[in-house]
Amino acid sequence: MSLPQPKQLIASMVEDLAVHTQDNPDIVMVGIHTGGAWIAQQLHQQMKIENELGLLDISFYRDDFSQNGLHPSVKDSQLPNIENKTVILVDDVIMSGRTIRAAMNELFDYGRPEKIILACLLDVGHRELPIQADVVGKKLDCPLSQRIKLSGPDDLTLSIVTL
Amino acid sequence: MQPMDPNQIQLNQEGRLKHFLTTEGLSKEILTEIIETANSFISTQERSVKTVPILRGKTVVNLFFENSTRTRSTFELAAKRLSANILNLDIARSATSKGETLMDTLWNLESMYSDMFVVRHADSGAAHFIAQHITPNVAVINAGDGRHAHPTQAMLDMLTIHREKGSFENISVAIVGDILHSRVARSQIYALKTLGCNDVRVIGPNTLIPKDIESLGVRAFNNMKQGLKGVNVVIMLRLQKERMQTALLPSESEYYRLYGLTTESLAYAEPDAIVMHPGPINRGVEIESAVADGPQSVILKQVSNGIPMRMAVMAMAMGGQNQEQTLSEQEEAK
Repeated sequence: MSLPQPKQLIASMVEDLAVHTQDNPDIVMVGIHTGGAWIAQQLHQQMKIENELGLLDISFYRDDFSQNGLHPSVKDSQLPNIENKTVILVDDVIMSGRTIRAAMNELFDYGRPEKIILACLLDVGHRELPIQADVVGKKLDCPLSQRIKLSGPDDLTLSIVTL
Repeated sequence: MQPMDPNQIQLNQEGRLKHFLTTEGLSKEILTEIIETANSFISTQERSVKTVPILRGKTVVNLFFENSTRTRSTFELAAKRLSANILNLDIARSATSKGETLMDTLWNLESMYSDMFVVRHADSGAAHFIAQHITPNVAVINAGDGRHAHPTQAMLDMLTIHREKGSFENISVAIVGDILHSRVARSQIYALKTLGCNDVRVIGPNTLIPKDIESLGVRAFNNMKQGLKGVNVVIMLRLQKERMQTALLPSESEYYRLYGLTTESLAYAEPDAIVMHPGPINRGVEIESAVADGPQSVILKQVSNGIPMRMAVMAMAMGGQNQEQTLSEQEEAK
């Protein structure tokens, strides 16, 4: 499987997001640690979003805590005010949809956004929850035995990890 | 009831925390992870919704065989902010006073499907003893045992130092007062040394400093001004007034003159040194009011940091228990 260049995907995501945001200048962009935060940084810069970039660590909201315990390196969540704002939630890879569910639960503990738009660099299928991204850089068919990993933050690159 | 190998019991097979009994012997990685997790909980404490769902449906029992208002209430608040249910048991006034043994009390509480015990006890080693005999998958947190350890207090102090000073490597820390009877000092010394602090000093009269203290890699001083010279952090300990009744100290006023932290003695430390105290403070006994309320004091920040620190160790220990349970179920399935 040949993997795309994140830089090109981000450029197309900027175009697609513009359709969703053209009537609404008051946007808050929120990236999910760690890969989602790197993508969000790029989008935030290229879309010239005025509100400060928000970062979300979902460790305290994960649904696998009762099996796997706490994630070993929890980072800070830092969010600007999201009350009544349109939030663009950004992640690198969407698969089961569980990360996005956890992220939305956490977002609502910061306030009640008017709307959430989901943007993901890659959609690799295998959804376990009824959650779909509004904007996707690229859809890939990835077997369950493999994961796609984003490395960064300088020089973003994708690679395949076999489980 | 002296503990055996603390780490065999504190960590699960993956090396993750599953009980929190002492800072002694824990690796730098684990102590750093505790500080970082607590740091992340601080940002959740600044939101309008302060709770996170991580311990939803879990039952935490505050088992205090010895009185402590502050420690007990911060554990209670921490458990509630993790969405756990909490039961406060004032054992001193309940079953134990009617003759029930410690293990009988525990077995009764286990039968109520508890997931975590927070234990404060006057005997050194009590939390270890409970952790050794408890049902698998129940976490034990030591909230102070005799003269032995008070690891959550030590770690909230480490969190405070980390936030105020940025690192442990290039700072000097002085712990002042009754080192001999202090479980806080002991836990702080282990944590500071493991986190890389190369200059830890203890200051007090010889009667209140353990004879073998220098084997822990600290320097002992009997003179306050010499000991405080150039330090970045001053940790004052509460003078337990009951010590006055034994012959360990001449008088309160003489102790204050020699070892009280005053504006004058604090001037020997670095100008930006921070002043810490685990509380409750005795004004005019070990610390001058002008210092306790002054710009260098971080005593109230320590209290605030107590909640995210306790949230961190509770979440980590419960997580370690969960992981252990999953792994043993997988093992059985094979």
